[in-house]
Amino acid sequence: MIPIEVHGEAWTLKELFTYPNEYIYWTIQIVMYPFMTGLVAGAFVLSSLYHVFGIKQLKDMARFALVFSFALLPVAPLPLLFHLQQAQRNINVFMTPHFTSAIAAFGLVFATYGALVAYEIWFVYREHLVKTALSLRDKADKTMSENVRYFVNNFLTFGAYDISEEAIARDEKSVKLLASIGIPIACFLHGYAGFIFGSVKANALWMTPLMPVIFIMSAIVSGVALCMLTYIIVMELRKLLADRKKPSRFHVTPDDLKSAEINEIKLTSRYLLLFMIFAISLELLDLIFRGYTAVKSWDILRSVIYGKDFANIFILQYLIGNLLPFAMFLLPGLTIRRTVIGTLLVLFGVFMMRWNVVIGGQSFSLTFAGYMHYVLPVIPHNMETYKEGVFGALTVMATPYVLFWLLNKIFPVFIGETSH
Amino acid sequence: MKNYVFRPLYVIIGLVIAVLIFREFYVPKDFGTHGESYMYGWHRKGNEEEWKAFKVKYRFDNEYCKDCHSDKYESLMQAPHAIIKCENCHGPALDHPSDPPKLVVDKGRGLCLRCHSSLPYPQSDRINIRGIDPDKHNPDMECSMCHNPHKPSLEGLK
Amino acid sequence: MITRRDLIKVSIAGAAVPLASAKIISAADTLFPERFEKQNIRWVFIVDTKKCVGCGMCVKACKDENEVPYDANITRTWVERYVLTKDGQVFADSPKGARDGFTGKKIDRGEKGFHDIKDEEIQKAFFVPKLCNQCESPPCVQVCPVGATYKTEDGVVLVDRKWCIGCGYCIMACPYGVRFFHPVHRVAEKCNFCYHRITKGMKTACVEACPFDARMIGNIKDPDDPVTKIIQNERIAVLKEEYGTNPQVYYLGMSKEVR
Repeated sequence: MIPIEVHGEAWTLKELFTYPNEYIYWTIQIVMYPFMTGLVAGAFVLSSLYHVFGIKQLKDMARFALVFSFALLPVAPLPLLFHLQQAQRNINVFMTPHFTSAIAAFGLVFATYGALVAYEIWFVYREHLVKTALSLRDKADKTMSENVRYFVNNFLTFGAYDISEEAIARDEKSVKLLASIGIPIACFLHGYAGFIFGSVKANALWMTPLMPVIFIMSAIVSGVALCMLTYIIVMELRKLLADRKKPSRFHVTPDDLKSAEINEIKLTSRYLLLFMIFAISLELLDLIFRGYTAVKSWDILRSVIYGKDFANIFILQYLIGNLLPFAMFLLPGLTIRRTVIGTLLVLFGVFMMRWNVVIGGQSFSLTFAGYMHYVLPVIPHNMETYKEGVFGALTVMATPYVLFWLLNKIFPVFIGETSH
Repeated sequence: MKNYVFRPLYVIIGLVIAVLIFREFYVPKDFGTHGESYMYGWHRKGNEEEWKAFKVKYRFDNEYCKDCHSDKYESLMQAPHAIIKCENCHGPALDHPSDPPKLVVDKGRGLCLRCHSSLPYPQSDRINIRGIDPDKHNPDMECSMCHNPHKPSLEGLK
Repeated sequence: MITRRDLIKVSIAGAAVPLASAKIISAADTLFPERFEKQNIRWVFIVDTKKCVGCGMCVKACKDENEVPYDANITRTWVERYVLTKDGQVFADSPKGARDGFTGKKIDRGEKGFHDIKDEEIQKAFFVPKLCNQCESPPCVQVCPVGATYKTEDGVVLVDRKWCIGCGYCIMACPYGVRFFHPVHRVAEKCNFCYHRITKGMKTACVEACPFDARMIGNIKDPDDPVTKIIQNERIAVLKEEYGTNPQVYYLGMSKEVR
């Protein structure tokens, strides 16, 4: 007889007294899920800093962050699809939502947020769409690709060809309005991801009202860090291009780009530091409070936090993921190279925070008398170990870049002075 | 041209309506709040009947066995093992004798050891059951070679 | 603890609700006339831990009856063994959910291997059967995003295998660890008090399979039900009351070491 595989058994090691049905049911993809949603929310908040609060220096970064946030958006539910046992039924969440469940809110909040970001992008890029469409329309003997571009651009204008100064001003006003509505929705989108965990009363580590707030703060930290990192990468690539073919269609020299780059980075890193302080303070508050009140579950939690997961929490998350980049950004004379390393460490730190919540929350048994150890599947030997293993996570991580590349074809991020 | 700002909104509203129409066809008609509350009663009503129609395997009715296996039944009823249902050892009867025509008896030591492996647990009735140490008590033999499960007293040794 | 007065309250409320709601009949209501059938059933369960000998017949019968793959390491019901030594240590295990009973003295500690306890070191030792508590306020139902798990009007929590998306949120929300993914159907799975049996007037497979009457199922809305009488008159406990789930599996002979 072929042994029947129990979901979770392949990567769970059980120790001491655990209930028979206990396994690590929420794995790497559920780590990826709040990580990716966090990036979406964070990127959006960063773009709103410019649109709503009018921080002019962030102009380039803002447009970039907005499109990147849109590229990240479809990737937020991707880990869930990888995780669902009946992924083909995912539509049920939209069809029969049960709103007493935090996950059911996902359908609506996510769709609303997606519509809002798309709406905002439309206003930001309407002028560009119209111009492209018009220039292509007048062009005789269009090539195949130009025909496609014309069709797409023309369609996306929804027939709104007015690009008078008055109309553009109206666009700008609309962007500001949508961005300000977007900030609370972005926070809600990610806050509810924290609520999914924080409201599970059966899980001693997850259950805290601070969870949604902690998630929002670390989300913004990760979103800002990822935007900075990707921005640097794109700018470096542009510098290479500007170097090679002068005069390029950007009409900029590498030196122009360099000074623009470091200025944006310096300013953004200040916001990064600010949100990092919030995130770390809240996490420490949570830890201190648990230790001080020491309710029934504290014995097992302490053994997990200070024992089994010590390296993951205090060395990888707090020391390498928080303290080290914090110092790097705080030291004067910030360079691009230091920023790259710093943002990478911050992203790693936030990822470890998600890991320590999701996996850490399942590393002790409901009996409070046993442990479960998660063995991350590396080499997949079937669909299940691919989806819930290293390669599944890498697939999820790579997808936004593919989408960003595609989106950039229609909504070019660096179009100089033509857009807001 | 002033109202062009709402055009994407119309697209969004159109999409929402499309989803709602699709929902009408997709969601079973009996899906709704059945029971005391939305929190605990939001479901597809038909599923209750599906569970009720789940196949029963165990009859757990020794009288059902009696008609054909009266000798075994009478013997068992005299013994301390009368508290054990026939199907506990013989497996689920289903529609026996038509389907399956023959039930497979588990003759392994494991079945007897469930109760008769001695465990000195004072707060459990287990301590009151006559037990053996499985590693020392004829470890290579099947229990039924000496003991008759239908008349298991030591006097009834084969 | 449910007193006689509470029971009277329950039955009065049970009688009053259908009468009151009958006045506001909507189109949806006439589609489902069964909603108006007076619900006089609330299934509850009693486990007498003092009678349990750890034979695991209940687990075996449950797996056969409910088509839970026999060799898979998941189970709808299981039996735990607790051994307290004279030096105050507590050991507990439930190897394979006690599908094959407890046939040896060694405690299964998972990755830590087996632990041998000498007979003379044992201070206290007993067995505790577990199953779904069919909570009055089931957190697993509250968190289901699609309405694939629900509480029937007779108090049993069921899973709709055709609607479940397999997110595992219900598994996470249950403080008792009774839920798991069915290895064949790949949806959430749990004990449902053998709903197909109890609705036909039979008892659950585990109750029938227990030779020692350690398990009982009954209707708490029936004052003459022996189960109701025990709950009314005996000292009973429930598991993990602090979670506010209002569990409906009552335990006799409970001990503080039980998790």
